[in-house]
Amino acid sequence: MKLDEFFVTGEPLIYGGMVSIVLVTSAAIFLLTYLKRWGWLWQEWLTTVDHKKIGIMYILSALAMLFRGGVDALMMRIQLTFPNMNFLGAQHYDEIFTTHGTVMIIFMAMPFLIGLMNIVVPLQIGARDFAFPFLNALSFWSFFFGAMLFNVSFVIGGSPDAGWTSYTPLAGAALSPGPGQNFYLLGLQLAGIGTLATGINLMVTILKMRAPGMKLFQMPIFTWSTLVTTFIIIFAFPILTVALALMTIDRIFGAQFFTLTGEGMPMMWANLFWMWGHPEVYIVILPAFGIFSEIIATFARKQLFGYKAMVWSMILIAGLSFLVWVHHFFTMGAGALVNSVFSVSTMLIAVPTGVKIFNWLATLYKSRIQITTAMLWALAFIPSFVMGGVTGVMLGMAAADYQFHNSYFLIAHFHYVLIAGTVFACFAGLVYWYPKMFGHKMNERIGKHSFWWFLIGFHVCFFPQHFVGLDGMPRRIFTIIPEWMPLNVISTVGAFGMGVGFVIFVYNIYYSWKNSPRETNGDAWDGRTLEWATPTPVPFYNFATVPKVSGLDAFLSMKKKGETTFDETKLEAIHMPSNTGRPFIMMGILFFASFALVFEWIGLAAVGLIGTLIMMGIRSFDYDEGYYVEVDEIKKIERTVRGL
Amino acid sequence: MSTQEWSTGPYEYRTQEGRMTILGFWIFLGAEVVLFSTLFATYAVLFGRTADAPLPGDLFEPGITLAMTFLLLTSSFTCGLAIHNMRAGSLKGLITWLIITLALGLGFLGFEIYEFVHYAHEGATLQSSAFWSAFFVLAGTHGVHVTLGIGWAVLLLIQLVQRGLNPVTSRKVFVVSLYWHFLDVIWIFIFTSVYLIGMVV
Ligand code: HEM
Ligand SMILES: [Cu+2]
Repeated sequence: MKLDEFFVTGEPLIYGGMVSIVLVTSAAIFLLTYLKRWGWLWQEWLTTVDHKKIGIMYILSALAMLFRGGVDALMMRIQLTFPNMNFLGAQHYDEIFTTHGTVMIIFMAMPFLIGLMNIVVPLQIGARDFAFPFLNALSFWSFFFGAMLFNVSFVIGGSPDAGWTSYTPLAGAALSPGPGQNFYLLGLQLAGIGTLATGINLMVTILKMRAPGMKLFQMPIFTWSTLVTTFIIIFAFPILTVALALMTIDRIFGAQFFTLTGEGMPMMWANLFWMWGHPEVYIVILPAFGIFSEIIATFARKQLFGYKAMVWSMILIAGLSFLVWVHHFFTMGAGALVNSVFSVSTMLIAVPTGVKIFNWLATLYKSRIQITTAMLWALAFIPSFVMGGVTGVMLGMAAADYQFHNSYFLIAHFHYVLIAGTVFACFAGLVYWYPKMFGHKMNERIGKHSFWWFLIGFHVCFFPQHFVGLDGMPRRIFTIIPEWMPLNVISTVGAFGMGVGFVIFVYNIYYSWKNSPRETNGDAWDGRTLEWATPTPVPFYNFATVPKVSGLDAFLSMKKKGETTFDETKLEAIHMPSNTGRPFIMMGILFFASFALVFEWIGLAAVGLIGTLIMMGIRSFDYDEGYYVEVDEIKKIERTVRGL
Repeated sequence: MSTQEWSTGPYEYRTQEGRMTILGFWIFLGAEVVLFSTLFATYAVLFGRTADAPLPGDLFEPGITLAMTFLLLTSSFTCGLAIHNMRAGSLKGLITWLIITLALGLGFLGFEIYEFVHYAHEGATLQSSAFWSAFFVLAGTHGVHVTLGIGWAVLLLIQLVQRGLNPVTSRKVFVVSLYWHFLDVIWIFIFTSVYLIGMVV
């Protein structure tokens, strides 16, 4: 392979990308060396098994991915503003909508939410870490290296271009030769390992490590949403694993699963993909529901209305989410009966979702609402998300979907649920738990600016797309006809509004780090659940003494009784896991193996795989039992952080 | 992490860590069930799509598959005996039965490799048709699992010799035994729905 085949050449935008990658990397290396921070990076971050730090790394990576996916989006919007634009060619446009979709769902939405779960769930249930801290670090590095693998494709080898759904036969070896599609397959596969492991890890953590007395139906609602999500992850992700593996075997080893030759079945890919894919959209929306429930209860200063109904509707949604996948390809021609069955099951999902909407409204009803930035995101979520739900039901009517399918109407639908649902929740959750994570709030005034820019930009961008879709504009086209221009211009303007909102949001992180007053007690919002019982900054062991729980909103009753998580009479030495660099190294080696497989260098890939197995063997012989934090040290730490 | 301990019951359940690991592994097996179900579904969908390649009925041989089934079922039984010995506190019994289990597993793998090579000679390979792709990937995934299980158990044998029986080693052995029985269950499904049906259709 020649060097100019290895690197992507001939695209000025991509040369620009290369230059900025080199610049940013050199700047980072320079800064780390100049400030002598390499040791710090290794000891504090790369080798950490602390769920709070891992969560922060997840969120930082997700923000970076949001930036990347956002730049993709803006480039697409520029290209679609006017007819006959020459900003992106057809090929480049195809690559960009593929990477945009994949990055946003797999490398932005999921890791962002998993990052919040990492930080919050153990704190909410009174646990000192995950059930398997080593595995948790492994999960993070698997996601991180998977994301890296997927992202290098645009400078090395070329990006995938068959859509985030990668339908065969288009995505097969015959019609998409070269490494592009392999980057998709192996990047997702690598990150998928970590997602499944996190699912198992969180499920065991929640089932086994709750504070004494906390029954399942006394868990904070975000923890509940996480538990339900882990259930979906565990039952959906293996399907993706298999689907990706089969396509990889097709492409690299010449099997005939999804091919047009050898009696292969291209539509089987669509089925497998959506048997994972629809549950996946609920993996990214249920935690969002959980976040909004927490925020609404906190700032309405009321107990969440209909707690049990909220939980049961999530469980119902999770179950139904496995029974609707065919609605993504009603037009495949499965026949009237099949389409009707899936049409009905699809519309059924709107029922438990509606229950949740009314519960939020009832929580807000007659309450004294505190309009904070986090609450603004939650309040905006409710009506915006309902619009996405309504178009969802419209799309769910099989006969009507023959008209809507693959048009901009569909694009509008899923952006209304994914942005107004998931992305708003990520922002809201970050703002809400920010003081717990970093010891200071994000600035409220700047936060509100960023909220309004983003919210208005969002509606300006996506509302017109309903109509241009009904006017017949299909998705995944790289140029428009003059009739569609006015609405597309509006849409592009809105997209830039969202871009401004995002930039303000990120600026706010910097501004608040410099200027926000530091938290003096751990309870930044007068919260109700246990995460607010810990002092800020949270000691690495979380709870000096684990409280006894006897009902919902555990921290609220602790406050009434004047209890804290530092009861000097009950202190005992705390057992903690040791840091380790092995998850990082192991996943680094697997990254190497996957990279080799992308280019079909089988020998090198085998070497990498053997290296990974050796690392697993070494892990098996590791009997490191962690260490104890002694009572005196706990006392010292607690007194400093509590200012006693 | 939790350090709660119990002083009665089987070793592997005496620490909170052991209990969590075992629960986590059960959940992992749940995910494995989904993984194999997907492969079975794929196989079922692609059944009969042999294109120009030989039909399964012409290639599958009752003798070999019966032998494989016998080996694997017996190994599950001996694996159970190994755990029985572990519970009774007999390190020697545990090691002996574990080695017998692995030997049976190796025998199974030997037959499987022979079988695959034989089919390839007859013109049925991973590449020859959708049906054969599905067959090799389904049976092969099971085979790879068995191989990994053997490698894993060998590492545990070394640790047993080094450290004897304690809550950690017995937890590890118990988990590997769960894995082994699980592979046996999967094989029963492969035997019936792939080989038996493939031979008569
Ligand atoms: C009331 C609930 C919902 C209903 C009835 C519904 C229905 C549908 C239907 C029928 C389609 C396929 C349309 C077509 O391809 O022609 C679709 C697509 C989609 N939906 Fe939903 N949906 C709902 C909620 C959600 C939620 C909560 C999310 C994610 C957070 C979501 C994300 C998506 C995505 C990403 C697609 C497009 C996938 C693609 O083709 O790339 N939906 N929805
Ligand atoms: Cu769907």
